[in-house]
Amino acid sequence: MSRIKTFNLPDLGEGLTEGEILTWLVKVGDTIELNQPIVEVETAKAAVEIPAKWAGQVQAIHHPEGTTVEVGAPIIAIDTDPGAGPLDAVSTTATPSSDLPTPSAASLAAVEVAPAEGMVEPGLIGGAAPGGRTAVLVGYGPRTTAAKRRPRKGAVPAQATAPTPAGVDHAVVVGDKPAMTTTIPAPQVLDRRNGVSGGAVLAKPPVRKLAKDLGVDLGTLTGSGPLGSITREDVEQAASGAVAAAEPIAVTAAATSAASFGADREQRIPVKGVRKLTAENMSRSAFTAPHVTEFLTVDVTRAMKALDRLRGRREWRDVRVSPLLLVAKAVLLAVQRHPMVNSTWAGDEIVVKEYVNLGIAAATERGLIVPNVKDAGRLSLRELADALTDLVQTAKSGRTSPAAMSGGTLTITNVGVFGVDTGTPILPPGESAILAFGAVREMPWVHKGKVKVRQVTTLGLSFDHRIIDGELGSKFLRDIGDFLTDPEAALLAWT
Amino acid sequence: MAKGDPGGTTRSRRAAPRSKKGAAGDPALVQLLTPEGERIDSATGPDGTEYRVDFTDEEYRGLYRDLVLVRKLDAEATALQRQGELGLWASLLGQEAAQVGSGRALRTQDMAFPTYREHGVLYCRGIDPIMPLGLFRGVDQGGWDPNEFKFNMYTIVIGAQTLHATGYAMGITIDGKTGTDDGEAAIAYFGDGATSQGDVNEAFVWASVFNAPLVFFCQNNQYAISEPLERQTRVPLYQRAAGFGFPGVRVDGNDVLATYAVTRTALDNARLGQGPSLIEAYTYRMGAHTTSDDPTRYRIASEVEAWQAKDPIARVKAFLEKQQIADAGFFAEVDEQARRESVHLRERVLEMPNPEPVTMFDHVYPNGSPLLDEQRAKFSRYMESFEGSAH
Repeated sequence: MSRIKTFNLPDLGEGLTEGEILTWLVKVGDTIELNQPIVEVETAKAAVEIPAKWAGQVQAIHHPEGTTVEVGAPIIAIDTDPGAGPLDAVSTTATPSSDLPTPSAASLAAVEVAPAEGMVEPGLIGGAAPGGRTAVLVGYGPRTTAAKRRPRKGAVPAQATAPTPAGVDHAVVVGDKPAMTTTIPAPQVLDRRNGVSGGAVLAKPPVRKLAKDLGVDLGTLTGSGPLGSITREDVEQAASGAVAAAEPIAVTAAATSAASFGADREQRIPVKGVRKLTAENMSRSAFTAPHVTEFLTVDVTRAMKALDRLRGRREWRDVRVSPLLLVAKAVLLAVQRHPMVNSTWAGDEIVVKEYVNLGIAAATERGLIVPNVKDAGRLSLRELADALTDLVQTAKSGRTSPAAMSGGTLTITNVGVFGVDTGTPILPPGESAILAFGAVREMPWVHKGKVKVRQVTTLGLSFDHRIIDGELGSKFLRDIGDFLTDPEAALLAWT
Repeated sequence: MAKGDPGGTTRSRRAAPRSKKGAAGDPALVQLLTPEGERIDSATGPDGTEYRVDFTDEEYRGLYRDLVLVRKLDAEATALQRQGELGLWASLLGQEAAQVGSGRALRTQDMAFPTYREHGVLYCRGIDPIMPLGLFRGVDQGGWDPNEFKFNMYTIVIGAQTLHATGYAMGITIDGKTGTDDGEAAIAYFGDGATSQGDVNEAFVWASVFNAPLVFFCQNNQYAISEPLERQTRVPLYQRAAGFGFPGVRVDGNDVLATYAVTRTALDNARLGQGPSLIEAYTYRMGAHTTSDDPTRYRIASEVEAWQAKDPIARVKAFLEKQQIADAGFFAEVDEQARRESVHLRERVLEMPNPEPVTMFDHVYPNGSPLLDEQRAKFSRYMESFEGSAH
C-alpha cells in the first residue's frame, strides 16, 4: 500500500468533464486533516470546495490556480504517513511496497489511485460515434469530449495512440530532488485548441456573418470553441487586434495582502500575474500612444434626479441604477456622433469600429482588470444596466474570464468611487480614448444666474493624439458633458 | 418579514388565527421550541387543534442525538461526493428537525414514502445509513427492503411518490386496518417545488375523496432547486389543503418538538379513519439542492445567515443546557459518536464492491425468463471480449 496518495479531480456534477482550479487552500508541506477543504474548483455548474480525502502532509500540487483540469487528472499528492521517515523509496504508483510500514490511518487510506484507463478509439458521442450513437433528447446532452474506451482483446496497445500533451510535469518533488514520477498516463491540462486539424473551418453561421462584416478571414484563426470551432469572441478579438490583452491572466496568490518587512525595512514583491500585465500594458501604452487629457466639470443635478425617477419606475425596481450607467450611456451616444474616437492605431492604418466593446476598469482583489461589455452600443438602457451589474459582480467575485477582458474598444474608469475628483487615465493598449469619471460632489455652482448648491462632477478624457485631434476630443467630451447635464434633452436631440 | 417569505402571503397570514405566542412574524406557525431554546407549553393550529409534547429527559437527549448524527452522516456523504466517491448527494442540511421530528412520530406499522432527501427519516426507520450511499455511488438501486422497514425506495421523480402513497393508503382502508388506536397510516414526503406538480395535486384529490389515511408532509425548504417559494405559490402552502377538502397546518420545521407533535396528531387522525391532512414544515435548505448545484448563484448570504439563527440543532442544545437535562460530557459524547459513525460510514462506502455488470439481469423477474437468459448470455460474451478481467 502506497504512502503517497494522489487525488484525481472527480466529476463534481453528473457528467462534467473538467473544472477550473480557483484557489488552493493548502500549500506543499501543510499538514491537513481528513475532510479539510483543500481547493476551490469551479465547474460549469458550481464553484465548490473539495475536502481532503486523506489526512497527511501535502507533497505536491499539480496544477496552479487558474488552470482548467480534466476530470480524472491528478491535482494533489498527499503523504498519508508523514511521520514514517523519508520518502526515497516510496512511489505514487498503485504498486504495493511490501517493505513499507502500514499507514497509521490504514482504513482511511484503503483506496488506491485508480489506474487511468487507456485512451483509445476516441469516439464522439452525439457525433459520428463508432457505435452509431446519436444525440439525446433529454438529460445533459451529448458529450462533446472524446470518449474513453477499454481495450478489446487483440487491439493495438493503448499508449501507442494516446496523445501526450507537453508541458505537464507529474514528477512529485520532495525537497529539491525529483523523488518519484507517477505512472498515470495522459496528462490532463486541457487545450481546447487541439480540436480539429486541417479540413474545413468550423464556425456557426452568425459567426461567419460577423467575420465577413468585420473582414476577418476565418481560415487564419484558431478556434476556441467546441471541436476547435471559431467563436464570436475569436472573430472580435482578431478584428480588434487586441491579442495582447487576451492573454489569460494568471491568478496569483495575494502576495501583497500580508505586508512583511525584512530587516532592511523593505519589502520585495515579485511582479507577476495581474500586476505584471498591468505594468506591461501601461508602459507600452504610455510610451507608444501620445496621450492628451482634457477635463470638463459639469452640473449633473438633473441627471441624478433622472436616475432617481428611473429607480422609481416599476419595471426598473430590481435593476441596479448607478451614475456609471448614465456615463456609459453618454459615452455610447457620443461615440455614435463621433465614431472616430472608437478606433485603433494599427501602424499604417486606423481601424474604426462600428461596435463598441465598452471597458469598465475595476479594482479587484486580483488587481486592476478591465472587462468590457460586448457591443454595448446595441444595448437598450435596461440591457446596459444589467450588463454593467453583471460585469461588476463577476469582477468583484474574481470570476472574470479572459474573454470578457479582451477586445475592448473604449474604456471608462470610475475613479469617483475612490472619492477623487478626476485623473489623467492611461489608454488601454489598442484603444484610443478612456474617460475618467470623478466623484459627484455637492458644490457651489452658478445655476440660472445664482450661486446654488448643485451636484457637480469632473470628467477627464485621455485620447490618442495620433488619431484624435483636440477638436474631435473636445467635441466628444463636450457631448458626454451635455448628456450628463441634461440627459432628457440630449436623448431627444440625438436619438 | 424575512426575505424568502412569500410576499403575497402577508395579508392571509394576518387573517389567520393567532397561535399561543407563535413564531416571531409568523402567527400561523406551530412552534413548541423557539430558536433561543425556550419551551412553549402548547401551540394551537389553524383549526383549533392544540399541540403539545411530553418527553422524558432521556427522550429529549435521544432527539438531540438523532439530529447531530443525521447531520454528521449527511456531511460525510457530501464530502465523499466531493472526493469522487459518490456520483451525487442531496444534502438535508437544515432540515434535520423536520425529518427527525416526523420520522420519530411514525409508528412501526406506518408506511413512509420518501423523496431522495429523507436521510433523516430513513435513519429513524432503523435503516443502515449506508443504504442511500450505495444508491448515489451507483453500486445498487437502494438496498433496503421497503416492506421490512416500512420505508419505500427513494423516489427521484418529483412528487411521484405522493401518488404511490395515496394508493397504498387507500389499500390500508380497503384492508380494514384503520379506525382503531392501533390502526395504520401512511406518510408522503415531498417539497415545496413538488406542490406545483400535477402528481401531487392528483394525490390530494384522490386522498381526499377516498378519505385515505395519509399524511402529506411537505418540507417547505423555500427553494425548488433555484426557484424561490414565491414562484410556487401565492398562498401559504398549508392553506392549499382547504381547497381539496382536508386540514392543513404549518409547523416550524426547524423545531423537532413541534414537528413531532403535529405529525403524531396527523398520523393518529389518519389511523382513526379521519382521512388525510397536509403538514407544511416551514424550514430552509442550508446547503445546495444537490452537489451539482451552487446556491450562491440564486440566493443571498444574508438570507442564509437569518436562517442560521434558527438552526434546528442549536435550539435543542440550548434547551437541554438551560434545563440542565444534559451536560458538557453528554454533548462531547454525542459528538464523538457522530465522528466515529461518520468515519465508519466512510470506510464502508470505500469498500463497497462494484457489482458485476451482468447482475443487472438478476432482479428483473422473480423467476427469470428465457428471453432474459439469452440476453444475459449475449452480454456475458460481450464483456469477455475485453482485455483484463470481466469487470
